[in-house]
Amino acid sequence: MKRKGLCMMLAAAMSASLLAGCGNAAGESSSDAVDTKAENQDTGSEASEGDEVRKQMAAGNGSVYYLNFKPEQDAEWQKLAEAYTEQTGTEVTVITAADGTYEQTLKSEMAKEEAPTLFQVNGPVGLANWKDYCLDLSGSEFYSHLKSDDFALFNDSGEVSGIAYVIETYGIIYNKSILTDYCTLDNAVISAPEDINNFETLKAVADDIQARLDEINDAFGYELQGAFTSAGMDGSSDWRFKTHLANLPIYYEYKDKGITSTDAIEGTYLDNYKQVWDLYITDSTCEPGVLSSKTGDEAESEFGMEEAVFYQNGTWEYGNLTNPDNGYLVTEEDLGMMPIYIGVDGEENQGLCTGSENYWCVNKQASPEDTQATLDFLNWVIGSDEGRDSLANVMGFTTPFDTFDDGYVADNVFIRQANQYIADGKTPVSWNFSTIPSETWKNNVGSALLEYAQGTGAWDAVVTAFVDGWASEYAAANGQ
Amino acid sequence: MDKSIKKYVAIFTFPTLIAFTLGFLVPFLMGIYLSFCEFTTVTDAKITGVKNYFRVFTDPTFVHALGFTALFTIVSVITINVFAFAIAMLLTKGIKGTNFFRTVFFMPNLIGGIVLGYIWQILLNGILANIGRTLTYSPAYGFWGLIVLMNWQQVGYMMIIYIAGIQNIPGELIEAAKIDGATSWQVLGKVTIPMVMPSITICSFLTLTNSFKLFDQNLALTAGEPSNNSQMLALNIYETFYGRNGWEGVGQAKAVIFFLIVAVIAVTQNRLTRSKEVQQ
Repeated sequence: MKRKGLCMMLAAAMSASLLAGCGNAAGESSSDAVDTKAENQDTGSEASEGDEVRKQMAAGNGSVYYLNFKPEQDAEWQKLAEAYTEQTGTEVTVITAADGTYEQTLKSEMAKEEAPTLFQVNGPVGLANWKDYCLDLSGSEFYSHLKSDDFALFNDSGEVSGIAYVIETYGIIYNKSILTDYCTLDNAVISAPEDINNFETLKAVADDIQARLDEINDAFGYELQGAFTSAGMDGSSDWRFKTHLANLPIYYEYKDKGITSTDAIEGTYLDNYKQVWDLYITDSTCEPGVLSSKTGDEAESEFGMEEAVFYQNGTWEYGNLTNPDNGYLVTEEDLGMMPIYIGVDGEENQGLCTGSENYWCVNKQASPEDTQATLDFLNWVIGSDEGRDSLANVMGFTTPFDTFDDGYVADNVFIRQANQYIADGKTPVSWNFSTIPSETWKNNVGSALLEYAQGTGAWDAVVTAFVDGWASEYAAANGQ
Repeated sequence: MDKSIKKYVAIFTFPTLIAFTLGFLVPFLMGIYLSFCEFTTVTDAKITGVKNYFRVFTDPTFVHALGFTALFTIVSVITINVFAFAIAMLLTKGIKGTNFFRTVFFMPNLIGGIVLGYIWQILLNGILANIGRTLTYSPAYGFWGLIVLMNWQQVGYMMIIYIAGIQNIPGELIEAAKIDGATSWQVLGKVTIPMVMPSITICSFLTLTNSFKLFDQNLALTAGEPSNNSQMLALNIYETFYGRNGWEGVGQAKAVIFFLIVAVIAVTQNRLTRSKEVQQ
């Protein structure tokens, strides 16, 4: 009897491990995607009979499959897809890749028979990988609505391969109310938040706030723990520094040389990169030694709960910071965004970092019917009332299409601030990080930044990863 | 009897055979083919010859990952098997609550690697926070963190296999040894261990291959930090595959080399321990 029990247990153990094995083999990257697809098909099958008839009539028109990059807008895209199917009968499937797994998901989805007809690349380097799949969009209707060719991606032979559909901005988000309160203190470094217009002042203010945390908390009843939120180097947060912050030294070097990409970077502004990074990790809510365990959510909630004054992030954070479900203390009135000053001469005229890493591409290898259906769908998205309302008002996207000009302009405090900087004649910083040669480069710079922060590595390692790494990654990625 | 078995051969073997072919053989052969190609997606590969294999050895992280993995495998195979065997011995002595403890020790094995990795990351970082550090401070932290994690996860599973082996030893053998005046250490060394050799073969094979191809736990616990110094082979392959445009084939070539290494080691180990097994 005992034997039998043991046998059963062993068998159970074996099958348990077998199942676990299967789970792994199915692949984490695609599991998310598959779920949404199944869901979508479910809703499709629930449609009424009338819909069925219409769908059959339109069956020859092909279908659309959009592999979406932004998880935070997944629900809106699903709604939009449903609305389009209801109106036209064309089936639209929207699948969203889990955070940080877009390339992986795209790679496996593209290999399938029913590949995405509409997908995204993040810029010139992303395009290089997918150039064989990008339809020339120069004749398309939605390209004709694009306000400027700055928002289009061109391939080597000059075809329009990708079109940006959302323009985003990042900088240093700050808590206006705390900063204003700080200004009323004796010996405050500045008299109004707007006085911060270069790195020197920013550093002076942050250092002063960091030194007088208790004084500020006592005087105004805050629970500040640092001037800056934790510069987390967890995978959910490190892109803010290895990509977005790294953009500034790249931008200034490109600007000096008058170039838009390079096979070898010199790193002329790396000392500036260092002083900003030093500021972020010193005047912070946490010790630099524990940065690797700090996540993006933690930084967000530190800012939201008024534990920190400064927070490097972008317009996309607006929804999270003001969402009542998150229970944050900050309100819309508290929010402001200033440029990331790194201590370059004349940076008083520097604006926020504005650009796009979201380019729509239409799959060239899809069937002509599906391609046409996809183009029609995109025209509808940027042309119809539902599409424009969803993109501008619900998703909160600033779009580069002229069809949005009549009343469909996304509006929130960050976007207003970005526009204000431009109106004031400040020069926006372009997104040059899309020319970074590879993911490996970002990872190596991130690792070096982390090691420098936690005291196990020297700054020289960051310089090496940045400069030498650029050359070797460029060579490796371009087959030299 | 034989006839009816032959009649149903298709029903019994085909589902498994098809699953094995689709889930294992096809991807395996495709993987070998792709290691000689340059590709973006697996369906449009262009053959480029052995270029990918040359590129593998221009990458210093691969060799480092190989060394780290080998060291990890040695330490974890020893610790896991020693602990598992010790606990199995303890839980076959008929002490109170044996079944309860067996279940408890087995439980961690039912939790997925990614989840375990994150849980242990929080636990270990919580302890290291006392000295203002995290797991990424030094590769040694990551290494021992992984050892602790893998022991916690796998000891229970191996314990079950050892218990089965120990319970299979005929009572007369041990009794005879005792009557002959053997000490309990002598019983262990001369009777128990030789008799559970088949279990040792299985357990060391499982721990060896599991440790060598460890991925989830490595990704979740340290993700290779600091600076790829705690990166194991599987993670290195993954990062190569997605790290650069045009390097997918190199990742694939690494995977093929990886397979060969694991296969050689596993076969050798199997031969070695098999030869020590005794017939009852």
